[in-house]
Amino acid sequence: MFEIGLSHYLTVAAIIFTLGVFGIFINRKNIIIIMMSIEMMLLAVNLNLVAFSSYLNDLVGQVFAMFIMTVAAAEAAIGLAIVVIFFRNRGTIAVEEVSQLKG
Amino acid sequence: MFTALIFYMFSAIVVGAGVMVISARNPVNSVLWLILAFFNSAGLFLLLGAEFLAMVLVVVYVGAVAVLFLFVVMMLDINQVQFREGFLQYLPTGALIAVVLLVELLAMVGGWAFAPDVEALIRAPTPTIDQATNIVALGKLIYTNYVYMFQASGLILLVAMIGTILLTHRSRTGVRKQVIADQVARTAKSAVLRKVQSGRGI
Repeated sequence: MFEIGLSHYLTVAAIIFTLGVFGIFINRKNIIIIMMSIEMMLLAVNLNLVAFSSYLNDLVGQVFAMFIMTVAAAEAAIGLAIVVIFFRNRGTIAVEEVSQLKG
Repeated sequence: MFTALIFYMFSAIVVGAGVMVISARNPVNSVLWLILAFFNSAGLFLLLGAEFLAMVLVVVYVGAVAVLFLFVVMMLDINQVQFREGFLQYLPTGALIAVVLLVELLAMVGGWAFAPDVEALIRAPTPTIDQATNIVALGKLIYTNYVYMFQASGLILLVAMIGTILLTHRSRTGVRKQVIADQVARTAKSAVLRKVQSGRGI
């Protein structure tokens, strides 16, 4: 209980990841909260990588976590840009209104 | 003992803030809870000895990504009531899938073990603190063995920047702008001189 091991960190990361998945399901209408849930899932993955890196004494995990952060930042920037231009064109960001590709 | 208490504090706040991110009514509140979750995960990173990543998490996620979210949420005039429709409709399916996923993940956490040859597979052993600090060791690794991937991640950021500018930039019609080249290229012959009556304008 008071000896914090790798399993404790993995459990926290699993809970955060599940919260991200659950957030995507219950906020089906709001694309911004869906993107925040994706960020939380990436954070959980980063926590896993850093925990393994720390307990295995291998720095490569932290390098990889840094690359994940880069990709997450790029993803957030492009996703929010798409949301902004979608709102400019349609006046809403409801996910169910995104039906222009249906043909 | 003390480390354990700090760990439980950080992880409890992360999980609580995560719950609030997905359940807050107002998206602005969601972003603020997300910022709290990021801060406390940075604390967890610090406990794990990844000081550089903890600081990067605060600077990049809290300072850039979360503020970008906040900026977009506040810029878009979104109807909050409309988003709560269907909340209960998707709740059972989402809860079921989340529970299944959590049970699977926790089963994996409870049953894993290190491979017997794990010591031999370590690619970059972490130096002890009297040899090099975390950021020095990480920098030595990034700029030697992983320099190509480091450059590639820089390229990803460049592509994201160009793509974002390209997506959101628009040239408005009907806006009169100053064209400096035309002004510089104007000669005395092409210039138009008019006598302006005072108080009338052109």
